[in-house]
Amino acid sequence: MTSDLKELYQELILDHSKSPRNFHALKGTHRKAEGYNPLCGDRITVYLQLDGGVIKDIGFEGSGCAISKASSSMMTVSLKGKTAAEARDFFENFHSMLTERDKSFDKEKLGKLTVFQGVSEFPVRVKCATLAWHTLRAALESDGQTVSTE
Amino acid sequence: MSRGEGSLVAMKKKPVREKKKASFDVEKYRRDFPLLNQKVYGKQLVYLDNAATTQKPQVVIDAVTRYYSAENANIHRGIHYLSQKATDAYDESRDKIQRFLGARNWREIIFVRGATEGINLVAQSYGRKFLKEGDEVIISAMEHHSNIVPWQILCEEIGARLRVIPINDRGELLLGEYEKLLNKRTRFVSITQMSNALGTINPVKRMIEMAHRTGVPVLVDGAQSAPHLAVDVQDLDCDFFVFSGHKIYGPTGIGVLYGKTEWLERMPPYQGGGDMISRVSFEKTLYNKIPFKFEAGTPHIEGVIGLGAAIYYLTKIGLGKIAAYEAELLAYATEKLSSISGLRLIGTAKEKASIVSFVLGEIHAHDIGTVLDQQGIAIRAGHHCAMPVMDRFQVPATARASLAFYNRKEDIDTLERGINKAFEVFK
Repeated sequence: MTSDLKELYQELILDHSKSPRNFHALKGTHRKAEGYNPLCGDRITVYLQLDGGVIKDIGFEGSGCAISKASSSMMTVSLKGKTAAEARDFFENFHSMLTERDKSFDKEKLGKLTVFQGVSEFPVRVKCATLAWHTLRAALESDGQTVSTE
Repeated sequence: MSRGEGSLVAMKKKPVREKKKASFDVEKYRRDFPLLNQKVYGKQLVYLDNAATTQKPQVVIDAVTRYYSAENANIHRGIHYLSQKATDAYDESRDKIQRFLGARNWREIIFVRGATEGINLVAQSYGRKFLKEGDEVIISAMEHHSNIVPWQILCEEIGARLRVIPINDRGELLLGEYEKLLNKRTRFVSITQMSNALGTINPVKRMIEMAHRTGVPVLVDGAQSAPHLAVDVQDLDCDFFVFSGHKIYGPTGIGVLYGKTEWLERMPPYQGGGDMISRVSFEKTLYNKIPFKFEAGTPHIEGVIGLGAAIYYLTKIGLGKIAAYEAELLAYATEKLSSISGLRLIGTAKEKASIVSFVLGEIHAHDIGTVLDQQGIAIRAGHHCAMPVMDRFQVPATARASLAFYNRKEDIDTLERGINKAFEVFK
């Protein structure tokens, strides 16, 4: 594998893409949103169970590439038990890491999610990594609309 | 008889002649395309995304450069030397394209931005004039979005109905179903000659015959077919034919709509503006003759000139020769790729050209695309603007390698190695 490819498809990412965590719909009361990338046809639904502003449970369903699946899976792991405000903060940091040149994001806060840093070297793949996060934000706003990467 | 047997027999009988016939000097043609000779990520570029757009031969680049460095002026209006030169070059391109398509008259060749605009023009101009509520338009399940959406827009506008010819698991149209769909409400058929997602070549001549039995006109989308097979619009007897310049080694933003005179003359203009009129007053405007009636505004002059150069270049090599070489290349690619375990070909029609669409087990097409890209191999990954085709085969996306006559067998070998690499990464 070339070094760039190794940066992109790290073990942790491959692991989450092959056996995604929280890969299911949530029963009972929940918020949900659908995300869609018209460029590649990736579709994802994020389910949230909020309790007093805290994400008690989170799950997702859909189809996508290794990056989008792993990103969705690791997002759910990172956000379980976090408050909605913290989740928004995660979103901002994750987004900055992938899209900003100076990359002024909080490395400590993102923790394992920094594994996606290599994606920023592949501009056409950035949307694969951020789709789940955009969808999460929509679920938090819960307007029930499908969000699109375009 | 297999290809191997055939060449063996021929070799024994007429070795010299057979050798001559089989030779297609791909290296010579590759030198005509400056872009091909480059490295990406330190690897020799292998360009296999020709169904998306083709590379340009030097003669096309030169034609556009010459136009801007020596002939640039507006056409059909200046009374000066340069305007005449530009007009001549523009008109010559139209003649080349008329001959290329076998059209009866140069007036039947209309310049548009691409196949997409050609279809939109017909849907809007022909459609709004000749179709009404309750009428039906037939397309197929393997159309590109550009041959679906313009008809949907029209149908929604006038209350007509869109009917779709289904396909089988190999990606071939079900002609029996087509026959059943043709009925007294059918007013138009719009069909691709070659599928961009599957590579299938459709029996358009026969389908046109079937539609004409009840007087239904047919548009043939030649965006994919025109670069790969010789087209004769009079032989096909199609009513309309569209293709895009950039997929046939010409510039982007230019394409052609061929239409039979009898229709074009009865169709209203698509856009209003300069060049499409013969006289304007605030009370009434008289439209220009065809094709100018459909060419409002200053056209894409360098595009037309570049396209003319591309068509001339292709004609000199010969579409027949190109098709024969590409068929050999496709057979080689199909054989190589089908032998990779875990690879599933999407689109295995008997009649096919230049396209190998595939999926690799659970590996998503986008990931395949990235792994191949890192090895210098350019393919397309996605739904190919043919989402209904993806739904039909129940895949979210495919990886697609599409060939041109400047590709070599060794490009296919590189692709094969690249695919094995993808398996390695995602094992």
